[in-house]
Amino acid sequence: MESTIHATQAVVTLDVPIPQIIWGWMITLNMWAKSIGTGAILVGAFLLWRHKKEEMPNIRWAMPLIALVFLIIFLFFTMTDLHQPYRMINIFTHPHWTSAITVGAWMATLFLILVFLMTIIGVGQELPGKPFKGCKLTAWGSKKGALYDKLYPFVVFLAIPVTLYTAIIMGESSARELWQSPTEVMQMMWAALMAGSAALILISGNWSSEARRDLAMVLAIATFFSFMMYMGEYFFSFKSAEGEATMQYVHAGGPYNIEFWAGMILGFVIPFIIAFANMRSDNKTMLRFAAILSLIGLYMAKDVWLKIPQMLPLS
Amino acid sequence: MKLGFLVDLNLCMGCKGCEIACKVENNVPLSSWRLRVKYVDIGVFPETKREFTPLRCNHCENAPCERICPVSALHYLENGIVNIDSERCIGCAGCMMACPYGAIYMDPESNTADKCTYCAHRIESGMMPACVVICPVQANIFGDVDDDTSHISRYIMEHQGDVQVRKPEKNTNPKHYYVGGGNQSLNPLAYERIEGYSLFDKITHLEHVGNPNEGVIDRFLKPFTGEEELDNTSMMDWKGSSSSEGGH
Repeated sequence: MESTIHATQAVVTLDVPIPQIIWGWMITLNMWAKSIGTGAILVGAFLLWRHKKEEMPNIRWAMPLIALVFLIIFLFFTMTDLHQPYRMINIFTHPHWTSAITVGAWMATLFLILVFLMTIIGVGQELPGKPFKGCKLTAWGSKKGALYDKLYPFVVFLAIPVTLYTAIIMGESSARELWQSPTEVMQMMWAALMAGSAALILISGNWSSEARRDLAMVLAIATFFSFMMYMGEYFFSFKSAEGEATMQYVHAGGPYNIEFWAGMILGFVIPFIIAFANMRSDNKTMLRFAAILSLIGLYMAKDVWLKIPQMLPLS
Repeated sequence: MKLGFLVDLNLCMGCKGCEIACKVENNVPLSSWRLRVKYVDIGVFPETKREFTPLRCNHCENAPCERICPVSALHYLENGIVNIDSERCIGCAGCMMACPYGAIYMDPESNTADKCTYCAHRIESGMMPACVVICPVQANIFGDVDDDTSHISRYIMEHQGDVQVRKPEKNTNPKHYYVGGGNQSLNPLAYERIEGYSLFDKITHLEHVGNPNEGVIDRFLKPFTGEEELDNTSMMDWKGSSSSEGGH
C-alpha cells in the first residue's frame, strides 16, 4: 500500500456501494427516438418550403408516420423507464411547472396528438393503394387536407421546444456537470436535424435529385457542427474539476472511449464525407448508407454522454 | 423557522450509530441508506489519519431535486425540510440526477425515490431526529438556523471560519453544515475508491437501482399480479453487485 498510495492522496476505506448508471439505455433510446420524431418534422418542413410536394410524392404521409412511430417509441421508453410507470398520469394531474420533465411531457403529448392527426390525414389522403379502405379514421382524414396544412406550422413550431426540452432536463440535473452546458441545447437541435434528415433519406428513393441534395446538405451540416461541438467538449473539458473527471472516462481509454470514437467516426465523420460528396453527385445507395451510419453513431454518442457523468461518485 | 444540521467532524468517531438509528427509525431497506458514514484514510503508514464523514440530505434552500421533480413529490415543508411523498413519486429518478450530493435513492420495496427527511415525523411530535438522539458524542447538532439563540446557531457562530457546506459552488444553499471538515472528507473528487481497499466488503458500486429482483416488465404487471411482500431475505438474493468498477 505504501508504494501505491501517496501521502497527499486519500482512499475510501469504508462506505456503502453507490449506484452506478441510473438513466441507462432506455433513456438513450428515448432521446434518440425523439430526435428522429421531431427531426423528421423539422427537416420535412424545410424540404416542403424549398420544393413542391410533387417532387417528394410520399412526404405528406411518410414524414408524419415516421415522426409518429418514433414518438411512440420515445414515449414508450419514457414510461418504461419509470419505476412506477402507471403513475405517469401524475404528471398531468399534479404537474410541477418548474420541472422540465413536466413541461416536456405536456408538450410532447400535444405534439404526439397533432402528429397523429397529420398521419391520419396524410395516410387517408395520399397513401398509394389506400390500404386502410374500411378504416373510418383514414376515411375522415382523407377529407381533411386543409386541416393538414393548417396544423403543420404549429407542429413545426412545437417540434423546436420538444426537441430542446431534454437539454433543459439535463441542465436541471445539477449533479452532472458535463450536462450543465448551453451547448447541450444546440447539440439536441443538431441531433434532431441529423436524425430527421437521415430518416427522410431512407424514404427518398423516388424523390427529385434536388430534394435529395437538400437532404444531403442538411445531413452534412448537422454532422459537421455536431461533431465540432463534441470535439469542443472533448478538448475543453478542463473548464471544471468535475467535467474533467467525467471526461476521464473517455480520455483514459476503456469501453466509453471506444464507444465515443466509434460513434464519432461512424455517425459523424463518415456520413459527413458521404453527404458532402452527395451534394454534387446523387448516389442514393451511398446516401442511405450514410443515413444508417449517422443513426447508429448518434445513438452511441448520446449513450456515452448520458452514462459517463453517472459514473462519478457524488459524495 | 429553518431547520438545519451541523456535524462536528472533530467529534465524530465513526461508530455508525446514526446510520443504524436512521435505518431502524425509517425502515430503510437493505442496499439503501438515508444516512451513511464514510471512512477516508489519508497518508502513508505510519503517518496515517482516518476521517469519518456522515452524509445525508442537505435540505437545500434552493433544492435541485425539488425543482426537477415533475409531480411535486419532493416539496418544502414550512420548517425548511425538503420532504418526499412516496405515494406521488413516479420513479423517474430525475431527483437522483439533480442532487449534487447523491443523497437520494430508489427504494427497492416501494420503487419510489426516498431520502433523509430530518425525521420529519419525529420533529412534528417535538422529538429530535433519530441520528441526533443516538450520537454518543453529540457530534450531530440539529435546530433552527433562523433562531440566533438556538444551539446550532451558537455553534456556527462559535466556529466561524471552520464551518463548511458541501459543494457551495452548486448554489443550492445547503442547510447542512460541517465543522472540522477537510477537502478529503467533503470533496468526492479528492479521494479514490479503489477496489479491495474497503475494510468489510469489496463492493464500491451497485449495478442496480431499485429492486434488483424486479424487471421492467414486473413494474407493469405488479398491479395485476398483486404486491409481492419483500423482506430482507429477498433483498439478499440479488446478484451482479460485485462490480469490477473501482471508479477513480
